[in-house]
Amino acid sequence: MLTPPDTPATMAAQPEGDGLRLAFAGRLDAAAVARLWPGATRAVHRGQPMTLDLAGLTGLDTAGAVLLLRLERQAGEARWQGLAEGPLQAMLDRTRNALAAPPPAPGPRLSWLGQIGQATVERGRGMLGQLSFLGEAVIGGLAILPRPWRLRISEVMRHLDEAGLRAFPLALLLGVLIGLILAFQSSIPMRQFGADIFIPNLVGISLLRELGPLMAAVILAGRTGSAYAAELGTMTVNEEVDALRIMGIDPIAWLVLPRILAAMLVMPVLALTMDLAGLLGMGGVMATLGFPPVAVLNQLQQALSLQDLLGGLFKAAVFGLAIGLVGCRAGLAAGRGPRAVGDAATTAVVGGIIGIVLLDGIFAVLFFRLGL
Amino acid sequence: MADDTTASPEAEIVLRVRDLAARFGGRTVFEHVSFDVRRGEVFVILGGSGSGKSTLLKHIIGLYESDEGSVEILGEAITQLTGAARHALLRRIGVMWQSGALFGSLTLEENVAVPLEEHTRLPPEARAMVARAKLGLVGLADAAGRLPAEISGGMAKRAGIARAMALDPPILFLDEPSAGLDPITSAGLDALIRQLARELGTTFVVVTHELQSILAIGDRCIMLDKEAKGLIAEGDPRVLRDTSENPVVRAFFRREVVA
Repeated sequence: MLTPPDTPATMAAQPEGDGLRLAFAGRLDAAAVARLWPGATRAVHRGQPMTLDLAGLTGLDTAGAVLLLRLERQAGEARWQGLAEGPLQAMLDRTRNALAAPPPAPGPRLSWLGQIGQATVERGRGMLGQLSFLGEAVIGGLAILPRPWRLRISEVMRHLDEAGLRAFPLALLLGVLIGLILAFQSSIPMRQFGADIFIPNLVGISLLRELGPLMAAVILAGRTGSAYAAELGTMTVNEEVDALRIMGIDPIAWLVLPRILAAMLVMPVLALTMDLAGLLGMGGVMATLGFPPVAVLNQLQQALSLQDLLGGLFKAAVFGLAIGLVGCRAGLAAGRGPRAVGDAATTAVVGGIIGIVLLDGIFAVLFFRLGL
Repeated sequence: MADDTTASPEAEIVLRVRDLAARFGGRTVFEHVSFDVRRGEVFVILGGSGSGKSTLLKHIIGLYESDEGSVEILGEAITQLTGAARHALLRRIGVMWQSGALFGSLTLEENVAVPLEEHTRLPPEARAMVARAKLGLVGLADAAGRLPAEISGGMAKRAGIARAMALDPPILFLDEPSAGLDPITSAGLDALIRQLARELGTTFVVVTHELQSILAIGDRCIMLDKEAKGLIAEGDPRVLRDTSENPVVRAFFRREVVA
């Protein structure tokens, strides 16, 4: 029987003695294999003598060869018939050789308890690493004090611009909105007690002491912390950081200090922006409630002290330090491969936000103890 | 056609490039580029750095579109195809990228199985076996379960070839297959290319500047030149090496410094 070369393959199964004869004809390619695979693998039983009759075969691709070899493996052994020396035989041989190596054994899997333990150890190591990075940064900062010209001022300026100036409109917008929302939300219950004149006290204190620095820190973590991690992560993956080290340049002084310094300088300004914008938003709500600006200012003067403002701005600077540290460390600790940079950016944002909330808690206790 | 030499002159033309030009902004990379590639040939596009080899390859496979000239693969103008017709043509070509371009989140076996999953209805077990067979073919059977980040650059290239071959395409395009490989691995790759061309009649279009490779695998070659902004030579690389009068071609093959 002569089959035209491009006919899709067919399979005929016949009993042969106590065994099976599978005859293939036509072009056994991926499409044909997809069609024939379930029937063929069902027909073959282990230990049963099997003949593979390939006389009618006009074409064979890797998928076809894989099907035939899989049938042979399933039956245990097979009698091959009808395949002449040539490209089809070559394809079969090549695929057989390529599949000869056994698939690699999967590595040992840990039990769920082991996985928890492993994750815990990894987290602990990460935190220790963060702590030692803080130490390195402090030492690097102290080392540069006697030689301040080694700090790259142009680099600090660039980061001030990127982390500060470019974040300014966002801080302004968020500040106004937050002041507005806070004032509006608190006006509803406070009005019931005729206490709406105290809205400026409430909003003013929350903004200056907590929300201003905190929201500014969230902006910085999202915009700048992630950018630090991505930038330094890319440099790490490209071996630029190794190149720096080998040139005898400390990556801490060259890369990390300018970024951390910029983050620390920029944060109080951003927090102050948030504070003022928030008070402005609150003033707007108060105006709609019928309070003139003078009354609002008067309340603010009574409620707020310079300590509130300076305490908030100091917190902001510490938040900036934390975000800069976490971001830079995430970048420098980036692994290899295409996902490393993305992972570093995520670590920077998540770690940064967790860090500032923890610090904020510590500050709350500290300020309370100090009577601030 | 089973011998180890050039495909016969009357073999079918599988790639036809006519009067192709590449310009970016006002800058011309090359122009008036025309050549044919016949079935079963190992066709080498060579040239120095910056001569536009990779740009030419991207024009051929339809990633870049040019206003000037035409490219036909297996008789079809790739840039003019859309939808299902383009899909069907893409199924019949394979491309190995310079860096391997493996998907970082998938193991090597899964990487090779991607085109099988997209273009065939093979059951998962068959896909996995085909993928393993392809990896075995390029000597990576042991690394099937590893992620691209865990292997070397040379292994990534070989895995890239395995993925390009997943669907047994009649034409394979290889961008710098041996660059960055040690001589032994590189020679192994050359032997594999020759073997596939001989046994399967697969056509190879290879972009390279590795002299050893060109002489080992190339049936025919064209040479692009930065200064000439186009082709400066075409023919059997061994013949070009021995007889070309063009100073740039001579310098290239004899590793001379151009005066």
